[in-house]
Amino acid sequence: MAGETRSMTMIQAINSALDVMLARDPDVLVFGEDVGYFGGVFRATEGLQAKHGLTRCFDTPIAEGGIIGCAIGMGAYGLRPVAEIQFVDYILPAYDQLVSEAARLRYRSGGEFSAPITVRSPYGGGIFGGQTHSQSPEALFAHVTGLKTIIPSNPYDAKGLLIASIEDYDPVIFMEPKRIYNGPFNGRHGEQLRNWAGEPTAQVPEGHYTVPLGKAVIVRAGKDATVLAYGTMVHVAMAGIEESGVDAELIDLRSIVPLDIEAITASVAKTGRCVILHEATRFAGFGGELSALVQERCFWALKAPIARVAGWDTPYPHAFEMDYLPGPGRLAAALARVMED
Amino acid sequence: MRNDRSFSLHIPEPSARPGGTPDFSHLHLEPAGAARRPVAETPGLEMRDMPYRFIRVLDEAHEAVGPWAPRIEPDMLLRGLRAMMLTRIFDDRLFRAHRQGKTSFYMKSTGEEAIPVAQSLLLGARDMCFPTYRVLGWLMARNYPLIDLVNQIFSNEADPLRGRQLPILYSARDYGFYSLSGNLGSRMSHAVGWAMASAYKGDDSLALAYVGDGTTAEGDFHEALTFASVYRAPVLLCITNNQWAISSFSGFAGAQEAPLASRAIGFGLPGLRVDGNDFLAVWAATQWAVERARANLGPTLIEFVTYRVAGHSTSDDPTKYRPGDEANHFPLGDPVERLKQHLIALGVWDEARHAALTEELDQAVRAAVKQGEAVGTLGESKPPVREMFEHVFATPDWRLIEQRRELGV
Ligand SMILES: Cc1ncc(C[n+]2csc(CCOP(=O)(O)OP(=O)(O)O)c2C)c(N)n1
Ligand SMILES: [Mg+2]
Repeated sequence: MAGETRSMTMIQAINSALDVMLARDPDVLVFGEDVGYFGGVFRATEGLQAKHGLTRCFDTPIAEGGIIGCAIGMGAYGLRPVAEIQFVDYILPAYDQLVSEAARLRYRSGGEFSAPITVRSPYGGGIFGGQTHSQSPEALFAHVTGLKTIIPSNPYDAKGLLIASIEDYDPVIFMEPKRIYNGPFNGRHGEQLRNWAGEPTAQVPEGHYTVPLGKAVIVRAGKDATVLAYGTMVHVAMAGIEESGVDAELIDLRSIVPLDIEAITASVAKTGRCVILHEATRFAGFGGELSALVQERCFWALKAPIARVAGWDTPYPHAFEMDYLPGPGRLAAALARVMED
Repeated sequence: MRNDRSFSLHIPEPSARPGGTPDFSHLHLEPAGAARRPVAETPGLEMRDMPYRFIRVLDEAHEAVGPWAPRIEPDMLLRGLRAMMLTRIFDDRLFRAHRQGKTSFYMKSTGEEAIPVAQSLLLGARDMCFPTYRVLGWLMARNYPLIDLVNQIFSNEADPLRGRQLPILYSARDYGFYSLSGNLGSRMSHAVGWAMASAYKGDDSLALAYVGDGTTAEGDFHEALTFASVYRAPVLLCITNNQWAISSFSGFAGAQEAPLASRAIGFGLPGLRVDGNDFLAVWAATQWAVERARANLGPTLIEFVTYRVAGHSTSDDPTKYRPGDEANHFPLGDPVERLKQHLIALGVWDEARHAALTEELDQAVRAAVKQGEAVGTLGESKPPVREMFEHVFATPDWRLIEQRRELGV
């Protein structure tokens, strides 16, 4: 089923997931601003309209509330809409649709109606996109029960998780780390740009396969500390761990909701130390929830206070992007700190 | 089972894609001088035809004709020409600066310069413009310092917005230019609120807001119209219909079904559809709307029909989704050329003076770019990192103080 494997960038893997699902299921529709003829501003839907037809992959008015509202209506009818929001920063006009409608429809109708929609959206910093092309609002979704939030960190997971999201029966926000669409990024700016070719996680099957929602993955095994990260920050974490010299275990959450609590607690129970890394602002960020969970469930195993490394509590600043975005150095420093205790 | 009563899903398509022949007949243009000019005090309901008319002043012979032909001193026309030319030259040069890695981003307004330039010259110092990213002409018409634009675009140490904002998302309060943001449409209601505040205070500050054709689809646009209508706010709501929203043609904003100016009808507002490449028509329509607002009769919606000649931004290649020569088929020509020819027809301008002015403006832009480069371009120079933590709140809370210390700035 999954077929031949070939090297793909994250964008190609996402495109492949949509292509596979459009071919398999006539109820899958793909739409959003500039998604149709043009193939999306990041090229994620390139070629899909030409291949699958005008009514399967199409452009929309610039109205995010309308895009997600209509997706919900289609989902309630029985389709499996996959809507793109061009940048997740622009999802906010649709926040009411997500919070008050998508997340509540099944519950309030006693299961009569539901919204099996997938909302894809590029998120995150590192591209000099300024305030409205760089933010990481996963905590805004995580706080809303009834919504699932998925964040892949490599091409293989991106395709498998996106297919699983489309096949899921609940509304899923699928946040795509745009900084690593075309290659991994370890947070060190001056370094040469890398591409996905040659990375094991860029070997992607051509056909249908899924990566289950709600399952984290251990990217690097270690015994002295646990690092929790997702999206672009998985790559930053790897570089930071190497820089620190600490034998840390790196867990890529992949799924914010549902959260793989077992993978987290098993690791922290073993290592006794936990550092949480995300690029979103720190205060009331998703790291706060992770920290509380680890404290509640692993308190007696902890050898040091849980540490959080995150974006500063400022709006996303354009020229100071590299001072703002957590890099390997900040993670290494946090690891050194937890090792002191 | 399908039967003859089953539905089919309609997806709009533009008249031509790459390789095709552009067709703009759906614009239903009228010749210069054809549209009637109601007196500004006319009740909105008696002007329901206006969104379907087309206000155009300059004819094929470059003469100003018809009831909308405004009386403008040649000096003012020359100021307009100068600001439009400056905008275009600046756009070209700074777009190239992006290719050279000196900035992270740029957007041009080529072909749309007449709209903000005429309106900026016409509105007063106390009025406030709520801009889009495509109205640089507003600032050029008010002689905003070129070096401040360049420093903002280079995100360098002298950036007036302190490195916080994406290039070209200016803010210039003293020039009647409200803070720009990347999200579309959300300042339309700020303009209405500004106008309501001015009315409440018994002041005479007008507000003027721009949105693109694509952005009229946002809920914010419709909410702003509702508030403007309900409170009769002294505000000019302007749509710059440049036919495209990145790769989506205006049909995705509903412009195939009805002209965007006709959105006014449901709110009982006057809606004017205007040749946006005709400096005199822009001037006349704006003057009419200002007169109406000053008579306490509230808002006007104006659709300016124009064309986005350049790509959407430095991240865009328009030949991927529209015919490469589409601009040449656009029936309303080039606003700079049309005003220039009008001035020549008036006998106050000629090719030699035009060439000299082009050279002078090019020199001025080059000098400003040089000066900005001396401070530094993207990555070479930036404001003190401490600036990242300022202006989050009026007074920083403990988090910001702690985090600034942690970063050591
Ligand atoms: C709320 C929001 N949604 C989407 C975008 C992405 N975006 C930026 S510009 C643009 C097209 C806007 O088209 P239009 O309103 O016609 O203005 P134009 O660029 O043609 O001047 C889009 C979709 C955005 N900036 N903000
Ligand atoms: Mg447009």
